[in-house]
Amino acid sequence: MNCFLYNSSVGKKLVMSISGCALVLFIIFHMSMNITAIFSAEAYNMICELLGANWYALVATLGLAALVVVHIGYALLLTWNNYRARGTQRYAVTAKEPGVTWASKNMLVLGFIVLVGLLLHLSHFWAKMQLVELLGGHESMVGGQLIAATDGAALIQYTFSKWYNVVLYLVWFVALWFHLTHGVWSMFQTAGFANDTWYPRLKCIANIIATLIFLGFAVVVVVFFAKAQCGCF
Amino acid sequence: MNFTLKIWRQKDAKSKGAFETYKVTDISADTSFLEMLDILNNNLVHEGKEPVAFDHDCREGICGMCSLHINGLAHGPGQAATTCQIYMRKFKDGDTITIEPWRSAAFPVIKDLVVNRGAYDQILQAGGYVSVRTNSVPDANAIPISKIDADESMDAAACIGCGACAATCKNGSAMLFVAARVSSLAKLPQGRVEGARRAKAMVAKMDELGFGNCTNTGACQAECPKGISIAHIARLNREFLAAKIQD
Repeated sequence: MNCFLYNSSVGKKLVMSISGCALVLFIIFHMSMNITAIFSAEAYNMICELLGANWYALVATLGLAALVVVHIGYALLLTWNNYRARGTQRYAVTAKEPGVTWASKNMLVLGFIVLVGLLLHLSHFWAKMQLVELLGGHESMVGGQLIAATDGAALIQYTFSKWYNVVLYLVWFVALWFHLTHGVWSMFQTAGFANDTWYPRLKCIANIIATLIFLGFAVVVVVFFAKAQCGCF
Repeated sequence: MNFTLKIWRQKDAKSKGAFETYKVTDISADTSFLEMLDILNNNLVHEGKEPVAFDHDCREGICGMCSLHINGLAHGPGQAATTCQIYMRKFKDGDTITIEPWRSAAFPVIKDLVVNRGAYDQILQAGGYVSVRTNSVPDANAIPISKIDADESMDAAACIGCGACAATCKNGSAMLFVAARVSSLAKLPQGRVEGARRAKAMVAKMDELGFGNCTNTGACQAECPKGISIAHIARLNREFLAAKIQD
């Protein structure tokens, strides 16, 4: 394949940057959607109905899946190239370089945790919502009771009433936070939109976006867990 | 001051290397790191042993010959300094100091602490130059250049091509070196003309030689003895992507 997006280091990084940017935008949309559930189960379910097995939701789902596959595929390809570039003989002693963040050196590991969390999340929600509708069903058995494929609020209630799910999701969000603190400013650098004046600003923006996303997702999990504990749905 | 040195010894490029331990004693705190190695080598020669091979030349931080990964850091402790500018007062009396050659697939070990950095020369040959006549010196003010551009160009031109960036990078990426060369020329009108061709040619050669991909950790910038900023990498990315899109 004779395309700079595949056969040049800078081109491959651009693909990571653009796919990462699109995924961040989706995550922000998803987070905004989730927060609705805190205020109104009906409003949240209306969104779930809108994003069921409709053609536009399916196209968007396929697009998202493609983005995830491209992002992960290129991450593995780049990591393999980098592994080979480091050579077989490694340093016996290593030290932390000043100003270098832990997240920046562990993006693949963080990405793997995010992926595992994503698969868990898909099994909790997507497999009981859009997938059920795609297979011609309208409800699925969750925790011994039938829940409609469009009743996302009931699924949230059930999932986050379990303490282990709360812990797993919070770990997932922490990994995502670390991943984004580096990834968000890094995508600007890779695309060439950065300089010494903008580095502190871009890193600050990255930290703010990562933190807002973490809080936006975590608050839903914590609120629904708290509601389950006090039984006040 | 007394030190225990753990030094990588390797007979030649094909041999398998290993660490050997040496003791150096009565070293003045004001001895440079390379002078300390000279003292060690002097002792080894007197003992009838093979001295440790290491690169060095100007010993004033401008030639880019000295290298060495010292206690886990390229060019040792302290920022914006080459190995030859490191003094033994940076260490504590009795310290054990581990000295390794640059580790990167593109920088194979030739002997002991000496690596082949010819890959950087090949990248330069691919495009790190200006195709203009080089006989008489042009008038300094013939082409006006803004102070900001001249300063940025000079900051990038400070790169001495020592290889610390690729040696430090966890990905073995040479992006800071290539970026510094591309940036120093791209900011000047004489170099601007060939900017697109240069960026494409140098990145292509860098990839061909097996250097890794930049993941923006910033380790290269932290360990660069000339403090070259990764902002030049952003410029290289712009230059390269704009050139490819125009193709």
